[in-house]
Amino acid sequence: MSKVTDTIAWIDERFPLTKSWETHVSKYYAPKNFNFWYYFGSLALVVLVIQIVTGIFLTMNYKPDGELAFKSVEYIMRDVNWGWLIRYMHSTGASMFFVVVYLHMFRALMYGSYKKPRELLWIFGMFIYLALMAEAFMGYLLPWGQMSFWGAQVIISLFGAIPFGIGDALTLWLRGDYVVSDATLNRFFALHVIAVPLVLVFLVIAHIVALHEVGSNNPDGVDIKKLKDANGVPLDGIPFHPYYTVKDMVGLAVFLIIFFAIVFYAPEMGGYFLEHANYIPADPLKTPEHIAPVWYFTPFYAILRAVPDKLGGVIAMFMAIVVLFFLPWIDRNNVRSIRYRSLAYKGILAAFVIAFIVLGYLGMQQPTPFRTFLSQFCSLVYFGFFVALFFISRNEQTRRVPDRVTH
Amino acid sequence: MKTTRLLVLGLCAALMPALGSAAGGGASLDEFESTDSKRSLQRGARVFLNYCLGCHTADYHRYSRMATDIGLSDEFVADNMIFTTDKEGDATKVGALMASSMTEDYGEKSFGIVPPNLALTARSRGVDWLYTYMRSFYLDESRPFGANNVVLPQVGMPHVLAHLQGWQTANYEDRDGQEVFTGFEKLTRGELSPDEYDGLIRDLVSFMDYLGDPNRATRHAVGFWVMLFLIIFLVLAIMLKKEYWKDVRH
Repeated sequence: MSKVTDTIAWIDERFPLTKSWETHVSKYYAPKNFNFWYYFGSLALVVLVIQIVTGIFLTMNYKPDGELAFKSVEYIMRDVNWGWLIRYMHSTGASMFFVVVYLHMFRALMYGSYKKPRELLWIFGMFIYLALMAEAFMGYLLPWGQMSFWGAQVIISLFGAIPFGIGDALTLWLRGDYVVSDATLNRFFALHVIAVPLVLVFLVIAHIVALHEVGSNNPDGVDIKKLKDANGVPLDGIPFHPYYTVKDMVGLAVFLIIFFAIVFYAPEMGGYFLEHANYIPADPLKTPEHIAPVWYFTPFYAILRAVPDKLGGVIAMFMAIVVLFFLPWIDRNNVRSIRYRSLAYKGILAAFVIAFIVLGYLGMQQPTPFRTFLSQFCSLVYFGFFVALFFISRNEQTRRVPDRVTH
Repeated sequence: MKTTRLLVLGLCAALMPALGSAAGGGASLDEFESTDSKRSLQRGARVFLNYCLGCHTADYHRYSRMATDIGLSDEFVADNMIFTTDKEGDATKVGALMASSMTEDYGEKSFGIVPPNLALTARSRGVDWLYTYMRSFYLDESRPFGANNVVLPQVGMPHVLAHLQGWQTANYEDRDGQEVFTGFEKLTRGELSPDEYDGLIRDLVSFMDYLGDPNRATRHAVGFWVMLFLIIFLVLAIMLKKEYWKDVRH
């Protein structure tokens, strides 16, 4: 026996090293028909690592202080060696995290990956999405530019809509001051660099453990564990390593080409990833003409503005996220994949996606009567999707799901 | 599945043009294309340090960094381009930040507001805005310094370059109750011809564009090699994947 195998054997007697590797990687049998949509899970993990690593280096040079924060970011951009690269990777990473997560969630929607037995997997995923939104929101305050400041001011003031005096007390407690201030910046810094990342990492582990317990779904929505060979290996399954590690490397390469093309050639992404107004230091006395959240929040911001009443808007906005948690029970059909579902289902899903994208666009624009009407219409389509799904899925005309995966 | 993939790519392509035109604002702006010619940036730096830094600050950036980036020596910048002193009263060192010669208090007393930091104006306002703004001052005796601006009405800033540009008035026309700017009328000649003045502003705005994003040249240069590496990595990854997946029947 070589030294290496000796060492591994020594560890294995004390820690499940080989066992863990086999359970989660080399003997984790994934369906062999993963397509384009199955890259985004592993890519989300890559972005998480990019964010944590670049975040650590940013923390070394950033000053969470109302007087110094803005200047320290420019210091990172100009005086810190490769500081601009680290900072642009972090800012691009924030937006790309949402790109990847939205595509990942859409995949789950399309192939019914939230259905039994993957309900808890979906719920962990939803909590990751929530934590990610909190993380992004708090991180956006840190550069202490005009949009950082006023974006936070607007979003925190939403909680003020809660009646019975709770709202005002709550906003005061969140900010630690009567307006967004140095106290707010400091606590958001603490939450952004340690509290929420800890929660995120824990949730990601739970998400992966749950996935490996129930097994991956696939574009056909076929349960590959039903048909196994003599060794107990699913007939349609292939070990994650080496097959999907090498395949994900292709996805990773394509993703990094897009990611670094943005970092090196268009880090502001025309003002969508880094807003122009955020190059002006935060000024509590000067409200910008147009306050819009960063693009990944705008669908929900549009729903908020679509409701004429402030409290109603806040409730609608939160409901738009809460409703997603209940998807496994709203969809009452056993057929998972869109491939074998009815035309009605395909229709409402398409309408839902279009409404979500249009809401995202409207959330960035100044409201006009027509745009408000369109936001209201799209908000109805958004919620209508879940209502329609609840009824359609009951007695849906579906096609027969094959026993084995097709493509 | 091919169709959905195409649909997603198509949507991305359709959204791309919208990404380009994010900034906006009142008066119509002249389009500006920055130059990265070192001579132009040096001339722009001269204008910036002689005029702008008298009241404004740019104290995110260092003289020495500027010197390297626009092709000047530290000695040359120290001897010819630094007009401020440090706390001890000595000439500001070349490694120092490009601070204003005016204190914030004095600025506020003089202009009503502290003249803004100009290091990032090219990024917050955009170069089109700067180029148009610097050519749109006009005589307006109702203003404290006798100057107003078409791009930023009721501006607090005097027309610092008036002796170079000369003075002009702005014509406004009433259209459906809205004041619409129709053009300038020359009043006095400046030391520079209109073309020379535009050239001066072109140099100045190119310099401010550099000042807002001093790493652009490095970024683009490094980006090329990173892209090249990633493309080679992609080709190898595809080959590796094909080799492994030979034995998977699907």
